[in-house]
Amino acid sequence: MLTDLHKHLLNDFQRDFPLSVRPYQEIADTLGVTEDEVLAALTDTAVQQYISRIGPVIRPNHIGVSTLVAMAVPEEHLQTVADKISAYPEINHNYEREHRLNLWFVAIASDVEHLNHFINEVERETGYKTLQLPLLNDFFIDLGFKLDLNHA
Amino acid sequence: MPDNRDRQLLEAIQLGLPVCPRPYEEIGKQCDMSEAEVIARLTVLKQNGLIKRMGVIVKHHPLGYRANAMVVWNVPDDLIAQLGGHASRFPFVTLCYQRPRKPEWPYNLYCMIHGKDRAVVLAQLEQLNQACGLQNFDQEILFSRRCFKQRGAVYQRSTDITHG
Repeated sequence: MLTDLHKHLLNDFQRDFPLSVRPYQEIADTLGVTEDEVLAALTDTAVQQYISRIGPVIRPNHIGVSTLVAMAVPEEHLQTVADKISAYPEINHNYEREHRLNLWFVAIASDVEHLNHFINEVERETGYKTLQLPLLNDFFIDLGFKLDLNHA
Repeated sequence: MPDNRDRQLLEAIQLGLPVCPRPYEEIGKQCDMSEAEVIARLTVLKQNGLIKRMGVIVKHHPLGYRANAMVVWNVPDDLIAQLGGHASRFPFVTLCYQRPRKPEWPYNLYCMIHGKDRAVVLAQLEQLNQACGLQNFDQEILFSRRCFKQRGAVYQRSTDITHG
């Protein structure tokens, strides 16, 4: 069950998280509670399952290189192929989508050579061709995501 | 561009800021930096835009946002920046990218839409199409089904990238 404090912590600090010596104290001051209450609320398992982490979102492709990859895999082989792909450390997202191209994943590497080598390995290991769709332009200004938590 | 110290710092922080009174001091210990240097470097990286935002990164699905769709359009190259800029201002759009067209995949504009259910996402797409004038361009909507893996990109010698 989410308390009002939980909801504020989830919604109000998605950006401009304090870059100061005692950031949780600063948040506590903003919300009129104690630092201990903020720390306890953020450590709460109820909130932990809703937070992936607290930290920076980095502009894509400024550190390392990455590409979105699509594959068309027969339904009966999808789980096996997906598991094989997920096991690589180079993969961070891997989704089934409703389409002929039904497997979509993001591969990241330190440089282009490593990335190309990796994609070749994926094609060889799975036996399926990949469609590589690297990012060309990012139009998104990330301000966080306004959550409607009335029923959470 | 970030220097090597910045990269070390971003690598140390990629799994998240610890929940304790002096979190930047803790991060500093992992990359041999003072608390003051950690804060100063993060402040500069945020000012120069390498850090798009700094804060709580929520998981949509457990919070009731169960429908997620990738929508793709084939739009003229000379309009894509304008259309992408417009589309990315809608609160339900959580990513907005240009990617190359391929012979078997003619789309170049991508938006990710998160909603509480499928009907909501379809209504949001309709709104997006109307408001941005995207309704006349070839498009497809790809709802996500299974999520096999999702994490804040950890990888060798580097750091967090949201969506290649």
